[in-house]
Order: sequence, then structure tokens, then C-alpha cells
Amino acid sequence: MKSVETEIRFKLNGREVCLKVPVTMKTLAMLRDKLGMTGTKYACGEGECGACTVKIDGKTVNSCLMYAVDCDGREVVTIEGLRTPEGLNPMQQAFVDHGAVQCGFCMPGMIMQADSLVENNPNLTREEAQRGLEGNLCRCTGYTKVLDAVDAVVEAKKCCGRC
Amino acid sequence: MQEITTYLAPRRLDEALQAMADGAATVFCGGTDLAPQTESGVRQYTAKLLNIRRIEGLAGIEVRGDKVRIGAVTTISEIRCSPVLAEIAPVLVEAAEHFASEQIRNAASVGGNLCNASPAGDMSPPLLVLDASVELACWRDGAVQTRQVPLDQFFVSPGKTVKLPQELLTAILFDRPAAGFVGRFRKSGPRPALEISTVSVALGARVADDRLSDVRVAMGSVAPTPLRARHVEAALEGKPLDAATWAATIAAAVAVTAEDAKPIDDVRASAWYRGHLVRVFVEEVLNEVRGN
Repeated sequence: MKSVETEIRFKLNGREVCLKVPVTMKTLAMLRDKLGMTGTKYACGEGECGACTVKIDGKTVNSCLMYAVDCDGREVVTIEGLRTPEGLNPMQQAFVDHGAVQCGFCMPGMIMQADSLVENNPNLTREEAQRGLEGNLCRCTGYTKVLDAVDAVVEAKKCCGRC
Repeated sequence: MQEITTYLAPRRLDEALQAMADGAATVFCGGTDLAPQTESGVRQYTAKLLNIRRIEGLAGIEVRGDKVRIGAVTTISEIRCSPVLAEIAPVLVEAAEHFASEQIRNAASVGGNLCNASPAGDMSPPLLVLDASVELACWRDGAVQTRQVPLDQFFVSPGKTVKLPQELLTAILFDRPAAGFVGRFRKSGPRPALEISTVSVALGARVADDRLSDVRVAMGSVAPTPLRARHVEAALEGKPLDAATWAATIAAAVAVTAEDAKPIDDVRASAWYRGHLVRVFVEEVLNEVRGN
């Protein structure tokens, strides 16, 4: 379907970007097809699975449901933006250490959501992590190792207070 | 298929309403309903796409005296995390807690959830028991005009409301519940998250002097629209909470649920099962309200 294009400007992983997007394009398609940021995954396309989770102004959303035009003036962080100059961020590292990955397709969204949960609640319990990850489906590992990884990040933060 | 020729993301309400005056704008806020509905073809875009999320004055929760006002673009997350709503309308916070997933709660707006007019919309039963109204605004005679519609007169059929195409839902309004008002919400689905309710029930009542008063019961997914269960309400109004008559009160309320709930068989559940869930939920919430 044809639709008019509009120019938007926003921060993507800390960098200012400016581009024209069709007004019905979703943020996920813009990230992957227009900006080449393919870390964020397309799976269900209807907000059920969380594989496309990104942070907008510090809050996680399903990028498959979000109109790209609504990124205008906002801060977008994708899985590519979690990495620090020192390497993987603690949540990414914990997923690696705990083998919380099998096929890996759900991981970018799972890590974005888990990272956001711990960021908003340093004392996150396992049960709160379970509730917080309800919108992220994994069809191969089960969730035990994912929750172990989240627990490990919470514990590590408690002991040094600055990870 | 319609070509979209205009995209607008105004900051002022009057600009938005003027753009809607021809009744040909597709309005969105979080986009969590519009996106999948247009992708799957159950809804078509019109020539004008209007993003209302940036309009000033449409966000936030405000309590002035006895009046509560929730701006239409307030997200479900904001309701879920609102300390003031937790204090004065916990039934709404409880429903927000059971709404989809965090990613969707962060994007979806309460006004959008009502305008989507799903019989299963999670914000409808708690707002119905709070006796809420919606504020509808339009541009007429060179000015912003508003009207208020009680929520139980807002829904017409699945996806349809009394809101005119040139009107925008700007806020949800209700009075601060009286002292002793207790509310409860229940919804059912195969898992707690991301569930389109098989059945939902909300009950609110004033519990004082060992009696129920101002009883309001609302149900979702049991009819073409969310509804107030007037027969159940009548069976409960003024009833005492004492142990001797309580079982009979519950039985009387449960017995008339079929007068209000007219569920259908569909992919999510059979009508029989829905009727059963309604009876179970009414009993459960009544016991909780009494125990409170």
C-alpha cells in the first residue's frame, strides 16, 4: 500500500539519525531494512513474542507494533546499543555465561527486557523476573537458564553496587 | 486500498480536532491495536494518519478534590505504577497489572483500549465499576467542544462506540470512590500474560455497617460489549455481610449471572465454560470483598 513519507530525527544508540520513512512503516522494519540494525528480530509481528523488543525513552516496547514515525524526537536503544566500550553489558555476559541461549532468535528481545527489568528494580526477585519476561517467548531453552542469568546480574549488582 | 496522503503529530488539541473535523482521520497513540489490525486487513487506513501522543494535556493522572481525570494517552504502565490510583482505585491498577505484557503496557494507552471497544478490553470492567465517563472532544463552530458519555453507554458493539469519527476521546473521568469502597478484578485465560480474556469480572461495592451498598458489577467477554451486570448488582445491593446469610447472598447473585452474561462459543472458549467462569468469579470476588 502506498503511503506518504515523512522525515524523522531521533537518537539511535546515542547517535543522532535523520531519515525519511513511510508513515505506516513500523520501527522494526525501519531498524532492520532502512538502518541495517539487524540485531532486533522479527518473529510473530503482532506483539506476542517480544523478539523485537527495543527501548524507547528508557521503556521497552515491541518495535513490530510501533510506528516508526513515532520515534521522532525520542531515544531508541537496540541490542547493538547495550554493548559498552569494555565489551558486553553484564546482562549479555550473564546470558553467555549461563548458556541461556539455544537457537538465539529470542535473545536480543529477552536481553533488552531483562536488562530493563534490573535497571528499574535492582532488587528484582525471580518471580518478578518471570512476570517481567512474560512478553518474551522462547521456543527452545525453556526459561530456567534465562532466569538464572537474570538472578546472577541482580546478585552481582548487589555485591559491587556498580556493575 | 486507500493511499495515506497526510501524517500529523500535533502538539495542540485544537489542531488535532481541526484535522479530524472531516471525520476522515485514522487516529493512533501507542499503535498496539492499529498496527496488527491494519497488517491483517481487518481495518483500513483513511487518507489522514493522526498521531495524538504528543498532544499537550492528554497525558497523566490528575486528582482534584473528588474528581479523578486520566488523560487518554496515559499508558497502561503509568496506571499500573500510579501511587495515587493504587490508593483511590486499586481495582484499576489490578486490571493494569494483568494487561498484556510490559512491552505492550509501556506503549498502549487507556483511551485506545476503550476506543478499540473489544468485548475483552481489560480497562473496561474496572472503569465500569468506578462508574467512569469518557470525555469526547470535537471542533465545532470554531472552537473545541466537549461532551461526556457514561462508559456504560459508550460501547455499541465489537469495535464500535458512540464516538463520532470527528470526535477524540480526551480523558476518562470518575469520582473518587467513597470511603469503604472495595473493588476486585478477575480475568481468565490459559496463561497470565498476553491473554485476551476468556471472561473478566470486576466488582466494586461500599462495605460499611456490615452491608454492601453502591454495588457495581462489570463483565467482559460475555456479550458484544463490556457491560454492567445489573441483575447481579440488584441481587447484592444492601445485603448484609453476616455469616448466617452470606452463602444465600452469593447463591442469589450467582443464580442471576445468566441474566446479564450472554456469552457465545468462539475459538477461546465455549459459552457454557464462560457462563461457568462468570459464576466462579462472582463468588470469588464477593468472598474477597467481604474478607477485605
